[in-house]
Amino acid sequence: MYHYTDFDAAFLKERNAQFRAQVERRIDGSLTEDEFKPLRLMNGLYLQLHAYMLRVAIPYGTLNSAQMDTLAMIADKWDKGYGHFTTRQNIQYNWPELRDVPDMLDALGAVNMHAIQTSGNTIRNVTADHFAGAAADEVADPRPIAELIRQWSTDHPEFQFLPRKFKVAVSGASADRAVIKAHDIGLQIVEQDGEIGYKVIIGGGLGRTPMIGKVLYDFVKSEDLLPALEAIVSVYNLLGRRDNKYKARIKITVHENGIEDIRARVDARYKLIRPQFTGVDQQMLSRIEADFAVPQFKTATEAPYHHARQHDPLFKSWSDTNLTEHRAPGYAIVSISLKAHGKTPGDASSSQMRIMAGLAKRYGHDELRISHEQNVILPHVHKSDLPSVYAALKAAGLGTANIGLISDIIACPGMDYCALATARSIPIAQEIATHFDALKLEHEVGPLKIKISGCINACGHHHVGHIGILGLDRAGVENYQIMLGGDGTEDAQIGERAGPGFSADEIIPAVERIVMAYLDLRSDPSETFLQAYRRLGLAPFKAALYPQKQASAA
Amino acid sequence: MARQPRERRRVQTIRKTDMTQLINDTGFVTDDWTHGFCAAGAANDCRALDLAPDADPQKIDLNTTLEMIRIDFPSSADGRGFTIARALRLRGFTGRLRARGHILADQYAMARRAGFNEVEVNDDVAARQPAAQWQYRADWKAHDYQSRLRGTAS
Repeated sequence: MYHYTDFDAAFLKERNAQFRAQVERRIDGSLTEDEFKPLRLMNGLYLQLHAYMLRVAIPYGTLNSAQMDTLAMIADKWDKGYGHFTTRQNIQYNWPELRDVPDMLDALGAVNMHAIQTSGNTIRNVTADHFAGAAADEVADPRPIAELIRQWSTDHPEFQFLPRKFKVAVSGASADRAVIKAHDIGLQIVEQDGEIGYKVIIGGGLGRTPMIGKVLYDFVKSEDLLPALEAIVSVYNLLGRRDNKYKARIKITVHENGIEDIRARVDARYKLIRPQFTGVDQQMLSRIEADFAVPQFKTATEAPYHHARQHDPLFKSWSDTNLTEHRAPGYAIVSISLKAHGKTPGDASSSQMRIMAGLAKRYGHDELRISHEQNVILPHVHKSDLPSVYAALKAAGLGTANIGLISDIIACPGMDYCALATARSIPIAQEIATHFDALKLEHEVGPLKIKISGCINACGHHHVGHIGILGLDRAGVENYQIMLGGDGTEDAQIGERAGPGFSADEIIPAVERIVMAYLDLRSDPSETFLQAYRRLGLAPFKAALYPQKQASAA
Repeated sequence: MARQPRERRRVQTIRKTDMTQLINDTGFVTDDWTHGFCAAGAANDCRALDLAPDADPQKIDLNTTLEMIRIDFPSSADGRGFTIARALRLRGFTGRLRARGHILADQYAMARRAGFNEVEVNDDVAARQPAAQWQYRADWKAHDYQSRLRGTAS
């Protein structure tokens, strides 16, 4: 875990004092609402449908038990006793009062946390693979470079008023669990001739115009990375469109100018910037890497784990779905589902946060992660402790065995909270989960990612869902479009639109028809939904989805 | 109802008073530049150049007679000027750099760190944001991640 330096702590204290003053100046009229808006956004404060919303950064999704306990305390003291974990590894509080926000930020600051640059047209919270430092397939831990990028992007004087928001994600493994190809900049740690470097991908994004990122550089050395990033964002700051916010993201800049033109501009800019970086940043990176040293793993018998699997069918089911292979012998990565059937995806109560913090402290080397799929991870748990961990989770309503299954749904807040939404997302996710749970089909269906957005801005990543659902407003009535075959991994793919949308009443049966078609069509139970879709294409699923059209055409 | 704030913003962005206030690290100061400004592409004996926010900093002729460059900020939400300033500094311009237009006290530290020497704002902004609010950010060298990463922190 990264430990704040004196510099980091002093910076944060000063920044919070500045924001406290800005809030006062807004209240006394020195700042107009239009002027205050970008300032509050730089500190994570949104104005939503019903109230302000504070979005707190969880840099690269990593936190310790004291930080999780503080998130719980804030939920109790200044909100309604819960928080919402987001697809960008943040936590959102939906009901703060403006005058309380400076106090909330000070409470966060006490445990080295902040809400800086979680909104606004600036470089946002840097995200990373939630299995970082634990995954068996890793080239290198992505968190040290993500922390260096956090420091570089924080309060960067050139980049606080970009044409639009700017998101960076880092993966250190061959499998992409951070959706790096759907980010403004995606970085993949790669090894070339024994040297660690970065593949730099730019111009990915979802939203109104989904685009898969393009490779700008195949290999950038570690010491060249910050000047390269600075060159990219500088070029974007001048070239990105400011006449239309829907065309302002770098994906459009790259699309309109072409990757070759962008590369030439970035190269020219890089030449000017590179001499500024004299290696001090690399010394800082070394110190950060030391902070992320591998924990002292223990050796113990795995007997309790195997015993529980033999004798407790619920534990067996949970361990089948919610565990991932760890790099250390005897250890497992635990995914705690925040997708209990019928509950709001990504929500956790303050008491659940405290339970998870306690488990991390007792069994998990004091580490927790937030995944972009809106679940919580205990990255380092010895298998002998898994029965105890599961028992505690189950008692707190956190023992749902559904990671990667049909009810492990990503859903944006939708019309229940968001001012931009055109339809509800959360109730649709809840209904899908409870419906397939009642049918007892979830485990039979196997790996299937459903992602739901309540408007075309695509916060619910519907373009990269195996089944993506987009909620729109058609003449005042909610209408849900279905996309099929999307994929947010290293094989990233934008889903295909299946056809006309469905009403809120029709969408659950529509999803059921797709799933039933898959069960009929798969070559054998080991062929996943996505594999079957790739083999067969849209047509047979479309036929199942719109049976009446088939009939009238025949 | 929802339309009203947008209308109001447009008026604020466009309205420019004739009088301006110059601000540097010492606070509100009287403008000592008396030689005027010329537009980009003017004669090459220009002493002070006015740049639009969409100027390409790579293409500005940094001839030896140039003493000052002034960059326009049409809106406090438009950050192009910060990158233009830094690009000019990286290209070796050592003269006076001035940011002019709709700039907030909260952006003063950014402007200084990006390479500006001073800021010129319209009188209506200066009236709402008195000198103390700008001086609050005159400590722009402190708490600066950029100079720390570059090893140039003072």
